[in-house]
Amino acid sequence: MNAIVVSALLGVLMMFSGLFFRKSKQIQALALVAFTGLLASTLYDKFLVSGSEQSFFGMIHLDSYSAWFNVLITACGLMYVLLFHKNIAEVGKNDAEYFALLFFILCGAYLLSSFSNLLIMFLGIEILSIPQYILAGSDKENIKSNEASLKYFLMGAFSTGILLMGITLLYGASGSFDIMSDKFTLQFVSLESMSSLSFSGIMLLIVAFGFKVSAAPMHFWTPDVYDGTPTAFTPFMATIVKVSVFLAFIKLFHFSFGNINETWQMTIAVMIILTLLIGNITAVYQQSVKRMMAYSSIAQAGFMLFAIYAFNTTSWKGLLLYSVVYTLASFGVFAAIIKMKDQTYEGFNGLAKRQPVLAATTAICLLSLAGIPLTGGFFAKYFLLSATVEQGHMIGIVIFAVLMAAISAYYYFKVIMSMYFKDGDAELIATPSSFENVLYIINAAILILLGLLPGLLLL
Amino acid sequence: MPTEYYLFLSFALFCIGVMGVLMRRNAIIILMCIELMLNAVNLLMVTFSKMHHNADAQIFVFFIMVVAAAEVSVGLSIIVLMYRKVRSIDVNILNRLKN
Repeated sequence: MNAIVVSALLGVLMMFSGLFFRKSKQIQALALVAFTGLLASTLYDKFLVSGSEQSFFGMIHLDSYSAWFNVLITACGLMYVLLFHKNIAEVGKNDAEYFALLFFILCGAYLLSSFSNLLIMFLGIEILSIPQYILAGSDKENIKSNEASLKYFLMGAFSTGILLMGITLLYGASGSFDIMSDKFTLQFVSLESMSSLSFSGIMLLIVAFGFKVSAAPMHFWTPDVYDGTPTAFTPFMATIVKVSVFLAFIKLFHFSFGNINETWQMTIAVMIILTLLIGNITAVYQQSVKRMMAYSSIAQAGFMLFAIYAFNTTSWKGLLLYSVVYTLASFGVFAAIIKMKDQTYEGFNGLAKRQPVLAATTAICLLSLAGIPLTGGFFAKYFLLSATVEQGHMIGIVIFAVLMAAISAYYYFKVIMSMYFKDGDAELIATPSSFENVLYIINAAILILLGLLPGLLLL
Repeated sequence: MPTEYYLFLSFALFCIGVMGVLMRRNAIIILMCIELMLNAVNLLMVTFSKMHHNADAQIFVFFIMVVAAAEVSVGLSIIVLMYRKVRSIDVNILNRLKN
């Protein structure tokens, strides 16, 4: 729970740093130091606080899995800041505030990973979402950024209303917000004990979570928002935020509604099929690589939904691995996109000749996103699909997912084709410094390491 | 008065809010409809709280109010940003500008 307090305090500190530091370089350096400090505090929670910990009147329950998840997303966050800190500062004049908002988003993510009360879950989702509305519109002069912000805000606020209605109905049925209390769990022991109120509450919660993780048919805001948001912030929104919401999703549904999984599994299965189909098929037709990545993030969310669908421990491990691998691979691809002058496929033509390191690491990240063996993406997909096979029924959906992964390989390989096999002079906004090249290599090396030894992450 | 009356009232308010969000095109009216949804939830929370003889939900209502206020302050500033740019708060105009 230290990480929750530290992230909020560091956010406030970053906000005030804008007053004292005149130079953007100083603010960026402070942000890097602060992120390292945050990583230290999550490591403290994981390794030095013994066992699972209850705090804030039993509203927050940080178990070993959540603490490890916090460490991993903070490490990914540090990677994000290392890769993109210059671009974040270039978005507008208020660079201190952008970093502050990133800390507030992480505070929401920590709340989501350790809630044991629906009130904290609601607050976590809101603390996670509201800074994103601002970040989406941070490029004030750009009409696309304004549009992304407005669209994201309206959709996000709408889904908050639905989420709250779901929470209220669950409260009405059980009389408690505490998901660990007997009062709450007794309501969901078996199908007979369930009332129609709690059934509609669960369905509304699925819809609200579907909005937040951009699962079809609630995905329609995603491409415009991810495309319109300044490229410096898209990788953060598409990865760390999304996987945090997924953790809250799996926690609530497996801990509380696990005994009645027949009632909601069918809905999740339909969502998986729709999400994979829509995400992958529309991604094929995109011209811009950034927009393709937005659709691919929908498709990847479809894979992560398998973690919710399969009700066993393998799915928890799979979600952890998938989160890290997907996050790092997306960072790698966005690091290339943000350097390009022309963000269409043609813009990438001949990148391998001009920037061999950037092209190679981007290719590894794309291979990982497609799930090719020897990269982390393969084992991530393997864990989630094998969790579903363990479940026993609905094997058809697994075969469907493998087919869709094959389709996804098409549009990921199209980028690799442009970089390696087409002639052209890929124009860059700025050539990557040698420090950045080292970061790209570390990022790709982690992906390959996880492809060889996926057990490293599963402490 | 029986509890059902309150339930039906808040479900009706919630549905009016949802329909408003889906059908209206003016950004401020959509914002008002979202507020209507949240207030319907508040009413339902208080009703259930009374029903269960448990004050938890009444505390929850305060949190919903605070979060709604924070959300509206961000939302209105986004709408103002939009208005300065295109001199309109019609959400359809966004799609037209894109093409």
